[in-house]
Amino acid sequence: MQITVNVNGTDYAREVEPRLLLIHFLRDDLGLTGSHWGCDTSNCGACVVWLDDTPVKSCTVLAAMADGHRVRTVEGLAAGGELDPVQQGFAECHGLQCGFCTPGMMLTARWLLDRNPDPSPEQIREALSGQICRCTGYENIVRSVLWAAKQESGGQPAAEQPA
Amino acid sequence: MKGDGEVGGAYGPVKRKEDARFLRGQGNFTDDIQLPGLLHGAVLRSPLAHARIVSIDTTAAEAHPRVKAVITGQALEGRGLAWMPTLSQDVQAVLATDKVRFQGQEVAFVVAEDRYSARDALELINVDYEPLPAVIDAAKALDPGAAVIRDDLAGRQDNHIFDWEAGDQAATDAVFAGADVVVAQDMLYPRSHPAPLETCGAVADFNPVSGQLTVWTTSQAPHAHRTLYALVVGLPEHKIRVISPDIGGGFGNKAPIYPGYICAIVGSMVTGRPVKWVEDRSENLMSTTFARDYHMHGEIAATRDGKILGLRARVLADHGAFNGSAQPSKFPAGFFHIFTGSYDLRAAHCQVTGVYTNKAPGGVAYSCSFRITEAVYLVERMVDLLARELGVDPADLRMKNLLRPEQFPYTCPTGWQYDSGNYPRALQVAMDIADYPELRREQAEKRQRGEYMGIGISFFTEGVGAGPRKHMDILGLGMADGAHLRVHPTGKAVLSVSCQSQGQGHETTFAQIVAQELGLSPDDVEVVHGDTDRTPFGLGTYGSRSTPVSGAAAAVVARKVRERARIVASVMLEASPDDLEWADGRWRVRGDPENGRDIAEIAMAAHGPLELPDGIEGHLDAETVYNPPNLTHPFGAYICVTDVDPGTGQVQVRRFIAVDDCGVRINPMIVEGQVHGGLADGVGMALMQVIAFDEEGNCLGGSFMDYLIPTAVECPSWELGATVTPSPHHPIGAKGVGESATVGSPPAIVNSVLDALAPFGLRHADMPLTPANVWCAIQGRPLRADLAGPWGTP
Repeated sequence: MQITVNVNGTDYAREVEPRLLLIHFLRDDLGLTGSHWGCDTSNCGACVVWLDDTPVKSCTVLAAMADGHRVRTVEGLAAGGELDPVQQGFAECHGLQCGFCTPGMMLTARWLLDRNPDPSPEQIREALSGQICRCTGYENIVRSVLWAAKQESGGQPAAEQPA
Repeated sequence: MKGDGEVGGAYGPVKRKEDARFLRGQGNFTDDIQLPGLLHGAVLRSPLAHARIVSIDTTAAEAHPRVKAVITGQALEGRGLAWMPTLSQDVQAVLATDKVRFQGQEVAFVVAEDRYSARDALELINVDYEPLPAVIDAAKALDPGAAVIRDDLAGRQDNHIFDWEAGDQAATDAVFAGADVVVAQDMLYPRSHPAPLETCGAVADFNPVSGQLTVWTTSQAPHAHRTLYALVVGLPEHKIRVISPDIGGGFGNKAPIYPGYICAIVGSMVTGRPVKWVEDRSENLMSTTFARDYHMHGEIAATRDGKILGLRARVLADHGAFNGSAQPSKFPAGFFHIFTGSYDLRAAHCQVTGVYTNKAPGGVAYSCSFRITEAVYLVERMVDLLARELGVDPADLRMKNLLRPEQFPYTCPTGWQYDSGNYPRALQVAMDIADYPELRREQAEKRQRGEYMGIGISFFTEGVGAGPRKHMDILGLGMADGAHLRVHPTGKAVLSVSCQSQGQGHETTFAQIVAQELGLSPDDVEVVHGDTDRTPFGLGTYGSRSTPVSGAAAAVVARKVRERARIVASVMLEASPDDLEWADGRWRVRGDPENGRDIAEIAMAAHGPLELPDGIEGHLDAETVYNPPNLTHPFGAYICVTDVDPGTGQVQVRRFIAVDDCGVRINPMIVEGQVHGGLADGVGMALMQVIAFDEEGNCLGGSFMDYLIPTAVECPSWELGATVTPSPHHPIGAKGVGESATVGSPPAIVNSVLDALAPFGLRHADMPLTPANVWCAIQGRPLRADLAGPWGTP
């Protein structure tokens, strides 16, 4: 079937099998390999992208369901070459190790901060609770998001830093 | 973080070089590799745990229009590739020929034009199985009537793999006979799985004209894999190039070679095109190397006033259907015999029996430091049980029996020589951070109110950095690591190492090591790894060995460069080399600090027209092979605070205090990150994760729906501390740290839960302490979680 998906601001028209998963469409058809496949069962969140304005697990979304919609991936997180504050936060606070979960984590974090610019550590943990990181024990991911929140609020303390 | 200070210079919390690509989605993982003409492979797996293969019909699959090849065990037999050597002197079926021996075992391999078609074709293969009785419970594997799993091995009449022991049995028995108090406990360290977020995979590209094979793969040990491929596939080793691109976590899961890798190689040879094989999550959990599965009986002997005298253990080790556990050859139970832990004992003895079962092969994986996880769990549970028996505080009992600083270097009753340590100090730092007396007061108060709060302690000693090549090899490959350092004329350096980061940040840390030795900025040092054509030989990254071995090699090779630079500098400064001193990143004339040259100046001269003394070749490049004289012995003190709801069995980890001593910290930010990750693993193993089986051998942990991994809400905010006791034999005093927290944290959590439940008279319950398991244990009916599954019936 023919679909047209807007990914990171660019329209892509492709002929795809109806069963093709969005994650494979992004990775194999468009060559956007920043989104990762990790579990098949919507548990790990390595494949999280935005569908329109909402994080989804692209391993359980058909590419056909994205027809006519906007998708945002990690490749579309930086604006004009400038890293998003969330990306900066992950670098500043050692929020990533192997880097496999990182794109999905950052996209959910971006979504959270767009809705709640001053989240508590608990709210950050709750927002990220549908995603798995095997390396960081989550501590520095939480700190990274707090760092980004603080950065975006003009350096005002956003929330109390964890110990 | 609280504790000892940092070193300075190029060391310190430098931001990671690796992050730039990962943050932009520009990492390069195995599944990201695209090649012209790339085909995709998929593995057909056994639905049964034990069955004879009557026939395999691939006709329909071969007729699929997008299928390029269907490979069976029979086809591999013709090439001598149906079996491959394991890392424990056993063999493992690449594709089953005679029988299947665990659920998920590889039976056939399809190569197709795309990954969906490859999967479709698996459905078209018809295998006729004759089911056989499955051996699932290790405790029954040696029963006289048990089905013989490995009848492929000549003369095999049972499921016994090995017996192994360490320590002095007679001396230990004598100590036990004379002891005031003996406490015994059976405990299971259940089967777990490392489950890196990126599953295993390979892209194989064989060029039939040149005979060159290139394999991009998820390998923690690219050089060892290259040698293994030469041995298995029979290709000349110099024609094989193994590239480990970015790896999405390893934790030991990516140390072995898997049948899928061999199938991808054969697929490329058969089709003449590159073949990609990447397993899915269920394949990863059901067929690749698991961890633990140690059925342990521990006994501890002590005086009535709390002096620990001896320890003994009997272990039944479930190795699955093929003995594929990965550890140095001389140690079939890994380093389990470091089980005397951190205490000053008179005698100890352990014996381990390994058995086959109809489960996936493996055993040594998941950041276990070659079975030190199991060892630390045993001794730390036994010490807690002894404290309970004696009616003393477990912190006091530990403090009384910990090795004292003046005892180092210390040779333990089973022969390990611990390099350095200050154990009481680490425990005291942890207790200070926790405010231990206040916690005990709070606990007493809560018990009055009927609330169940637990405080658990563990103290661990690791042995990492395998290892002295005289004692430690894997398949005959001694565990020494090479390093090569080039210094360009402008003083920029390229370090090539054999170890392979899976997220540990080697590109940053190892640049810091070289920078520190040569007075450079870490930005001026590029680290090359993960490509056998571009790096010297070495055994890879597992067992927390990168910093102890390859990191030492990096320091040594940098010092070699520095000595070469000294000769050149002596010519430049018109002074004798003996009159030069290295200070502030320069060679300078002793007594004349203004008169010196830095590495960049010396490098340019070393490549220039400067006339050098006879026998001095010029340039500054150097290489080395580092053969560690001993393991390094990091240690730590952990305290875990839990709240347990006896009505639901729910455990909440409220606080976790971790004080680690890994010697000199090159990059404390990265060290802390390593500890954080290991602590989360501890929560998983203690409370959530188990690969369980039903009686027929169906794997009950085959997806993330069933194999539960901690998320951000199950983990507390970790509270870290540090002490620094340098390793006396490591060139920069560093010890390994990658696995410390995974090794040390599970007993702290279990001790904490059982401390919370002490009012119920509960002495012990096995991991994982799921709500169901805890609730049943409170009712006096603890679960065998490894057989029934985490939600199984009591």
